[in-house]
Amino acid sequence: MKIVVCIKQVPATTAEKRYTSDLRLDRASAESVINPLDEYAIEQALRLAENGAAESVAYLTMGPEQAGEALRRALAMGGDEAYLVTDASLSGADEWATAAVLAAALDKLAPDVSLMGMASDDARGSLVPGAVAAKRGVPLLSYGSELSLADGAARIRRLTATGFDWIEAPLPVVATVTDQVGEPRYASLKGIMAAKRKPLETWSLADIGVDPGTLRDGALTRVVEARPPEAKPPTERIENVGADEAAMKIADWLAARKLI
Amino acid sequence: MTYRLTDEHEELRAVVRELAEERIAPRAAEIDEKAEFPWDLKELLAKQDLLGTCFDERHGGTALDTIGQTILAEEIARADATTSLIPIVQKLGALPIILAGSDEQKDRYFPRLASGEWLIAFALTEAAAGSDVAANRMRARLEGDCYVLNGSKRFITHGSVANVLTAFALTDPDAGGRKGMSAFIVETETPGFSVARLEHKMGIRGSPTAELTFDDVRVPVENRLGNEGDGFKIAMETLDRSRLSIAAQAVGIAQGATDVAVRHAADRTQFGQRVADFQGIQFMLADMASQTEAARQLTYAAAARVDADASDLPYWTSSAKLVAGDTAMRVTTDAVQVLGGYGYITEYPVERMMRDAKITQLYEGTQQIQRLVIARQLLQRAGAGARPSDRRETPA
Repeated sequence: MKIVVCIKQVPATTAEKRYTSDLRLDRASAESVINPLDEYAIEQALRLAENGAAESVAYLTMGPEQAGEALRRALAMGGDEAYLVTDASLSGADEWATAAVLAAALDKLAPDVSLMGMASDDARGSLVPGAVAAKRGVPLLSYGSELSLADGAARIRRLTATGFDWIEAPLPVVATVTDQVGEPRYASLKGIMAAKRKPLETWSLADIGVDPGTLRDGALTRVVEARPPEAKPPTERIENVGADEAAMKIADWLAARKLI
Repeated sequence: MTYRLTDEHEELRAVVRELAEERIAPRAAEIDEKAEFPWDLKELLAKQDLLGTCFDERHGGTALDTIGQTILAEEIARADATTSLIPIVQKLGALPIILAGSDEQKDRYFPRLASGEWLIAFALTEAAAGSDVAANRMRARLEGDCYVLNGSKRFITHGSVANVLTAFALTDPDAGGRKGMSAFIVETETPGFSVARLEHKMGIRGSPTAELTFDDVRVPVENRLGNEGDGFKIAMETLDRSRLSIAAQAVGIAQGATDVAVRHAADRTQFGQRVADFQGIQFMLADMASQTEAARQLTYAAAARVDADASDLPYWTSSAKLVAGDTAMRVTTDAVQVLGGYGYITEYPVERMMRDAKITQLYEGTQQIQRLVIARQLLQRAGAGARPSDRRETPA
C-alpha cells in the first residue's frame, strides 16, 4: 500500500505579502511554510504507515525550486521519498493546470491513495483534489476526519451537520482530510538529519509526459486584482468607568446600531 | 579562529523556536508560579531528540557541535529559562563522563541519557564549598570493591529529579580538595542517597534545586571517573565548557525580554502616540537589542573554541558567560522599565525573565569568579602568571 501526499508550499499566514506587477506573489518577500492544512494529511499518512496499513509514504509538490524546502520539511516529519515538479512554464499556474500536472505525476507514481489537505492556506480554491480525481478517473473521498485502509478499500469518516458518515471506495482513490485527524507532529532532530539523506527527485513537465502547450500558459483563470484586506476601524474601549456607566455605554453603542 | 553559522544551524534554530513558541512559552508562567518541574516538556524535548545533542550517534545522540547546542539552549531560554535547563543540565551532568569516562561507562549510561529516559545532575557544590571548590568535604572511603560516600551536597540543579549524578568526594582528605578529590557516577536509587530538601528560589523556579544527603552510599569502583585524585581537574574542565550553556541561556533570556518589550512598545499608546515613538524608548530598545547581539556573537565565538578544544577556551567561555549574564540582567531590567507597571506584574513575562536572569550571574561561577578566570589567562599570556594564592574555582 503506497500513499503519496500532495503538499503545497505557501507563504506563512502571518507574513506580510507583496505582489509583483503581474499580481503574483513575490515569493522572496514572505516566509514560506508547508500549507498548514497539508500537515494534517502528512500526519494521517504517517499514522497509517506506523500502524502498518501503508508500506510507504511519498510526497509530491508542484512549485518553484524553493518548494523543495517544504518537501525536506515533510521528510523530516517522516516518510520515504519526495518529488518536486518544477518548470518555468508553470509560473502562475491556477487550480486547473495544477491538477493536470499533479494528475500526470500521480499517474507515474501510481499510489493507492493520493492524499491532500482540505484546502490551501493561500488560494483556498479547494478544487485541486476533485480535479485530480476526475483527471485520473478515480473516486474522491473528501473532508475525512479520519482515513483508514483495509481490504483494498479506503474509508473516511466525514463529520456532517447531524453526525457523521462513513464513506468507502475501492483503491486507488484521491482523499482529503481535515484538521480533525490529529495534531501534526513536530519534526524531531533525528528526523531532520535523516531527511537530508532521503531521495528527493526533481521532475520537469517532460519527465511526467506533459506537453506545456496543453496547459494554456498554466491558467484558465486570470487574477484581476490583489489588495490587502481593509483595515478594521480602531477598537473602541470603555475604560476607567464604573460598571453601571460602562453597561450604559455599551447599551447605547448597541442601540445606536439597532442591535438591541 | 573564525566561526560561521551554517544552514543546518539556522534550520535547528527555526525548528526549536517553533517548538518553544508553540509548546514551551505557553507553559512558562505556570511553571514559574507552581515551581514544578515540567515533566511534560522534558518528555517533549526527549521525543524531539533534543536531550541527546551532546552524545554520539552510536549512543543514540545527535552529536551537534557546540554552536548547535548553544542555539538549542538559547532558543528554549527565549521562551522559558527553567525548561532550557533540561538540556543544559543533561550536558553538565554528562560532561565529566564525556571528558573522563571509560568506553564502558559511556556505553552503560549514555544511551539512556541521550534518549532522555534518564536525567543526570552534576553534584559538586557543598554548603561551605561554593566558589571555593577545593573546600569540598564529602568523603569517599574505599571498602573492598566499593567506595562508601558520606556527606552532603547543596544547590544541586535537578538533584531531586535525576536518575544518576556525577558526584565529587574526597578519596584522600589529607591531600585536600585540589589533589584528593575524585569523581563518581552515582545512581540515585542507591541505598543511603536521599533528597534532604528543595530550595525556594527567586527565579528558574520550576527547576528543582536540591540538597542531597549521602549516608553510606556504596558506589562500585567501576563507577569512578578517571583516577583517584582527578576530581578537581574533571570538575574544572567540565565547568570550563558547561558555563557556555549558561551564556546561551542568558542570551536567550535577554532576547525573549527584548522581543516582548519591542512588541509592547509598538502596541501601547500613551499621550496619543505609540510608546515606541518616544525616542527615549527607542534608545532603550536599541541598547537591549545590540547588547544581546554582542553577547550572542561572543557566545558563538566561544563555542567554536570549545569545538576546537582551544587551549584558551576558559578565557572565551568565561568572557561569554560574564558578558551574557550581565547583559541578561540589564536587558530584562530595562524590559520591565519599557513595560512600566505592566512589566512589574505577573500577567506579563518580563518580571519572570528578570528574576530568571539573576541566576546567570551566579551559577556555574559567579561573575567575580569569571573575572578571575579571565585575568589568570591574561596574566599567563603576558608571562606574568597568577599569584599562587589565586584559587581556581567555580561552583555549579
